[in-house]
Amino acid sequence: MESPRKSKSSLWHALFGDPVRAFGVVSVVLLLALAVAPTKEHFSQWHRYQRQYLTEIHDRGDSISLRRRFSPGIHQIWLPELGVVDRCTTCHLGLNEASLSDVRQQPFRKHPVIPHKLEGFGCVICHGGQGAATTVAEAHRSERDGEMPILPTRFIEAGCGQCHQNALAGTPQLNLGRAMLTRYGCVHCHSILRPDGTKVAATDHPPSLVHVADKTTREWIYSWLKDPQAYAPSTTMPNYKLSDADASDISAYLISTSRPQAGDTATPDAKASASPDPAAGASLYGQSFCSSCHAVQNAAGNLVGGDVGPELTRIGNKVKPEWLLAWLNNPRVYDATTPMPHYRLTAPQLATLAGYMQGKTDTDYGANVHLTAATTQQVAHGKLLISTLGCAACHEINGVAKPENFAPELSSIGSKPRAQIVFLPGMERSLPSYITGKVRQPGAFGAGVKMPQFALTNAQTDALTTALLALTSRSRAIPDTLRVAYVPETAYQPAGHAGRLMTELACFSCHRINGRGGDMAPDLTAEGSSVQRQWLVDFLKNPNTLRPALIRRMPRFNLSDGESEVLTDYMLTVYQSPAIDQEMGLATTPDVIERGRQLYYSKYACQGCHIIDAKVDKGYIGPTLTSVGSRLTPAWIYEWLKNPEAVRAGTMQPNQNISDEDSQALAAFLSSLKGAASKGAKP
Amino acid sequence: MMQHTSVRTIVRSLACYVTLAFLCACQHAPTAAVPQAKATGAAIVESSGGHQVGSTGAALKEPIVVQVNDDKGTPLSGALVTFHGDGVTPDPAAMLTDSSGQATTTVTLGAIAGRYQLTASTPTASHPATATLVEIGLAYQERLGALLADKHCTRCHDPESSAERVSNYDNLAVKPHSFSDGSTLNKLSDADLFAIIQHGGPALSRSPLMPAYAGTLSASDVRALIAYTRSIADPPYQPAGTFYAHK
Repeated sequence: MESPRKSKSSLWHALFGDPVRAFGVVSVVLLLALAVAPTKEHFSQWHRYQRQYLTEIHDRGDSISLRRRFSPGIHQIWLPELGVVDRCTTCHLGLNEASLSDVRQQPFRKHPVIPHKLEGFGCVICHGGQGAATTVAEAHRSERDGEMPILPTRFIEAGCGQCHQNALAGTPQLNLGRAMLTRYGCVHCHSILRPDGTKVAATDHPPSLVHVADKTTREWIYSWLKDPQAYAPSTTMPNYKLSDADASDISAYLISTSRPQAGDTATPDAKASASPDPAAGASLYGQSFCSSCHAVQNAAGNLVGGDVGPELTRIGNKVKPEWLLAWLNNPRVYDATTPMPHYRLTAPQLATLAGYMQGKTDTDYGANVHLTAATTQQVAHGKLLISTLGCAACHEINGVAKPENFAPELSSIGSKPRAQIVFLPGMERSLPSYITGKVRQPGAFGAGVKMPQFALTNAQTDALTTALLALTSRSRAIPDTLRVAYVPETAYQPAGHAGRLMTELACFSCHRINGRGGDMAPDLTAEGSSVQRQWLVDFLKNPNTLRPALIRRMPRFNLSDGESEVLTDYMLTVYQSPAIDQEMGLATTPDVIERGRQLYYSKYACQGCHIIDAKVDKGYIGPTLTSVGSRLTPAWIYEWLKNPEAVRAGTMQPNQNISDEDSQALAAFLSSLKGAASKGAKP
Repeated sequence: MMQHTSVRTIVRSLACYVTLAFLCACQHAPTAAVPQAKATGAAIVESSGGHQVGSTGAALKEPIVVQVNDDKGTPLSGALVTFHGDGVTPDPAAMLTDSSGQATTTVTLGAIAGRYQLTASTPTASHPATATLVEIGLAYQERLGALLADKHCTRCHDPESSAERVSNYDNLAVKPHSFSDGSTLNKLSDADLFAIIQHGGPALSRSPLMPAYAGTLSASDVRALIAYTRSIADPPYQPAGTFYAHK
């Protein structure tokens, strides 16, 4: 029992026996303790990378300059206003070194060219991850639940969307994702607030179902509900995976509560559609440029046409003949806010077009659907289903109010902590993989999930995920002064007779005026400064081809002389650009015109894109200039040549910095081209 | 006696522990199932999917399809094909050819812009046969260049028309170069391309049909266009840059 105590005391004695020895021992212990920190630093990961960097650049030709710009130690980008404390540059040492763009070994490669400077934005704003960390695992993988790991490269555009709320030229994926949020009906159920507090509004036009029995049959509604994509592969309506009984009950409710719309079936010549001429119908469909907005599947199964309106491949299966006639006669009777224009078709034209479209029928579609008359219980069950599924969030339905906040708000979804997410087994535990999985297959997340199944490609899912990941709490915390202000679409609406005509003709579906409208056709904000009166009157009555290569064109609305003149006078008076001086004097002597002609063909080689004489010129990009002198005003031509972008933003015509003198000569030459139009009569 | 028992217990528990550890290690080892080949081909050829231009970090739009043939040149089903490449992630990485002798995989590119090589290989009687495909990944700047080219350039520079757009190539007296025409464009320096785009063809005594874009495109836009043409150049572009003597 005594021996251990004895040895212990002898050890004590050996170390601290006399004061000198004790002092020595304590000093050694202290020195060792002090050495811990430098040793740890020496063996730290970032230090190892810095040594590796020096070896990497040692053999390069510009190693002296590279080494001069290298400074050892921890580097940090600190931007208090953005909440950025990024030490990434401690290991990523070559981010600003142009000559290291060929290095494939990370972390030393140069950063790809982007519009922002690293020093001004840091790294984590776009890439995610933990900026303050100094180890790879902590910075990149960030495995604690409250932390955001780095974003996979394919979602990198989400970073841009935190400050930029409008579409950017360089972020197609983000732009597509945002367009889908508003076009696929996401924001009907989920509310999304931009960082400035404005609400993201839907841009789709889900049809009202208040008068749906006028338009279609219960059988069609049943087939449609069962599988919308089977009727129209391009539709944005999701698949709710309904059982036969549920689809039958919902269709029963919709039909039984539908109220007839006055004037909906009151077309005088409805009987005339009995013997339609298919060839005439097809040519009228083509002349009316229906395909600018509506797509049809061709024989090869490809969709041809625009996506503004619904796909028409099997329209004959859907609509009742008398409804179609009434709709084509004036769509605003049935739906006051439709983007479809009111074509002024004559009764025979209506019959021909309706007959042609009625022929777009797939006899196999819905052939096996036989529904028995619904009982009151079934109708009541249909109503219950409609409120549970949230149909009224998108569609106006009789007897069911639009639900408010039907689905969770997504304003900060891009910062949802992992602790709040229920991941599926086997799923990567990250926010992007959760969002992608939820968008791709909501049903996998449990039977109680009400979100329906959308028909999306992988690229669309990634785009949507990008747009959602941009909705971060960081973007809400950034001071307003540092954020790029969101420019909303204006609520511009012209008044009076012309204004009513423009609503009826749905000009804003394609044209943009004063910040409102589509982008399919030219912006008309300064159209009044641009064109001559007689030309516009004629054009509106019969829009001829200005750009031969254009596939989507202006349709003919069959306007009366009076309507055309009302519209023309309004546009010439109101849509004027203050920058264009119509009273400017333009010398039109023969030698000036001749000089303009030479400039046109030699110095500026305009014939590369424009046609004056179809026998000689072949340019196919810009509008034909054969009779441009009777179409455009000389002042507008002059200003246009000097700076096309200033006159019409987004134009393809390059700004060639044409001098005043050259512009005047060219304008004089072009104004002298009166073409056939000056003789008046046009076919 | 007591000591013997405890030693035996320790040995036994150690053995259990080692076995357990071994089992655990086995479970964590990669278990990517490589299918068993049912046939052995003689050659492998690319069917489609090569020379795609995609975005860094994203999957290529079109799948990669290769075909395994036997020694008579007829497609062979059931042959093992493995895909691998530096920086690319094929999914699946190994598979058997289908009934038409083809193996299809989707490929995700790495995060670095540039060319990626994907090698598809199949074992033959003597040595593995390989087919190498090249894919191109574009980063932000090159992607911006591609978008700008689509808006301002390809109508004339691309001889192919699409359903949405008619090419103007055939209408031009002097034919413009395709942006991937490396044999011509690789000889022009960045500065020369910059001058042609900014000041038009006549700046370098070239066709006046090429307009000046200095007033339309910013300097960074023009650099993006050049970066795009460089990245899709065929044959590939080797940057001249600054040469330093090796030490």
